[in-house]
Amino acid sequence: MIAIIDYGMGNLHSVENALIKIGAECKITNQKEEIYKADGIILPGVGAFQDCMNNLNDLSLVEVIKTIVEQGKPLLGICLGMQVLFEKGYEGTECEGLGILKGNIVLMKDQSVKIPHIGWNRLERNKDDFLFDDLKNNVFVYYVHSYYASDYQDDDLVAYSNYGSLKIPGYVHKNNVLGMQYHPEKSGEDGLEMLKKFKEMCK
Amino acid sequence: MHTKRIIPCLDVKEGKVVKGINFVGLKEVGDPVQLAKKYYEQGADEIVFLDIGATHENRDTMVDVVNQVAKAIFIPFTVGGGIRSVEDMRKMLLAGADKISLNSAAIKDPQLIEDGAKIFGNQCIVVAIDAKKRDDGTGWNVYINGGRIDTGMDLIEWTKKALDLGAGEILLTSMDADGTKEGFDIEMLRAVNTFANVPVIASGGCGSLKDFKEVFQEDVADAALAASLFHYNEVSVKEVKEFLDEAKIPVRM
Repeated sequence: MIAIIDYGMGNLHSVENALIKIGAECKITNQKEEIYKADGIILPGVGAFQDCMNNLNDLSLVEVIKTIVEQGKPLLGICLGMQVLFEKGYEGTECEGLGILKGNIVLMKDQSVKIPHIGWNRLERNKDDFLFDDLKNNVFVYYVHSYYASDYQDDDLVAYSNYGSLKIPGYVHKNNVLGMQYHPEKSGEDGLEMLKKFKEMCK
Repeated sequence: MHTKRIIPCLDVKEGKVVKGINFVGLKEVGDPVQLAKKYYEQGADEIVFLDIGATHENRDTMVDVVNQVAKAIFIPFTVGGGIRSVEDMRKMLLAGADKISLNSAAIKDPQLIEDGAKIFGNQCIVVAIDAKKRDDGTGWNVYINGGRIDTGMDLIEWTKKALDLGAGEILLTSMDADGTKEGFDIEMLRAVNTFANVPVIASGGCGSLKDFKEVFQEDVADAALAASLFHYNEVSVKEVKEFLDEAKIPVRM
């Protein structure tokens, strides 16, 4: 079972609908016991960095997430859920993230493009990854965000997208932790294929 | 490579997709879930549903449609028509919509844009604007209630206000071009796109493949919306994408 963590933000049902579509057993929950029982967890999210961290703290889920990662279970952070995997966020004020990945979340700055970055963008590969085993070369994914990861470790970066002069980390992967800045649940058949790969990790 | 989006639009009335010309003479063209699925499979980047017969009685019909669509397609979709409160927005978003489109209601109550953007995020709030050139040719006026009422408000002024309030995207329909199939209203789109710092979706007038190419080559929109062209199978979304790709316009293939 994959636990979709409910911390009061974001459209959890989109992720649930996509998981049901690929035949994955899943449950939307904020209960520690349920989350500990899961074979893998998804941290979704739309909204502001600080609100997300506050909610995770209020629900005492920060330690739960960190423990799950230490146990070696797969974790997938999507959009804001990916951003909070990093050390710090600078959305409004400085805010501490989960610190599972090295790097910070900062505002995108480029006068030549519209921000938020909304729409489909091609994934450019930084390195090989199991996620792409069954995908064609040109993969497009759907992004909606104004902040992005910086000062990350190049070794964690699997794929990125170019937007104006900006290099947007799209997909990061370190051991059992995956982060997608784009929305795989809204990225058509290729997005579903990526979720299938995550499902296969959760065993 | 950030791509230009192709967006089929479905006007929904009492749970069925309908299509008219210049906002009148409606014809039924199919089931919204089936059509959405067809366009998804053809490679549509996004889908817009406008509930044009929105009354309180059939509100639940639309929620049900949204619910089913969310289980059938895995691309973003927007729902508009008859959304008058934050509660209405929440209902549609919970049913599975990714974005809410506000039109007449936002003009009557601009606070709705700000409230929606604050609670659900700017990216959730699409402000749809129907505009028509003034007789003296000095600019465009904004119309509401499906193009029936001239608000007397200037298009540029209203767009700027909507952006200040937090609109995440502008869906701009030219009433002069709508239904003519003679191409998008490049002049009007340019007037808005030059200052808009959020994506602009071109709507109204698309009648052929070259119209999509023109609107993107002129660089006046981030996305192009069409309805009847797709509903009557004159062209498929796939054909549009292939044509644009050939013309070196970045699209998701």
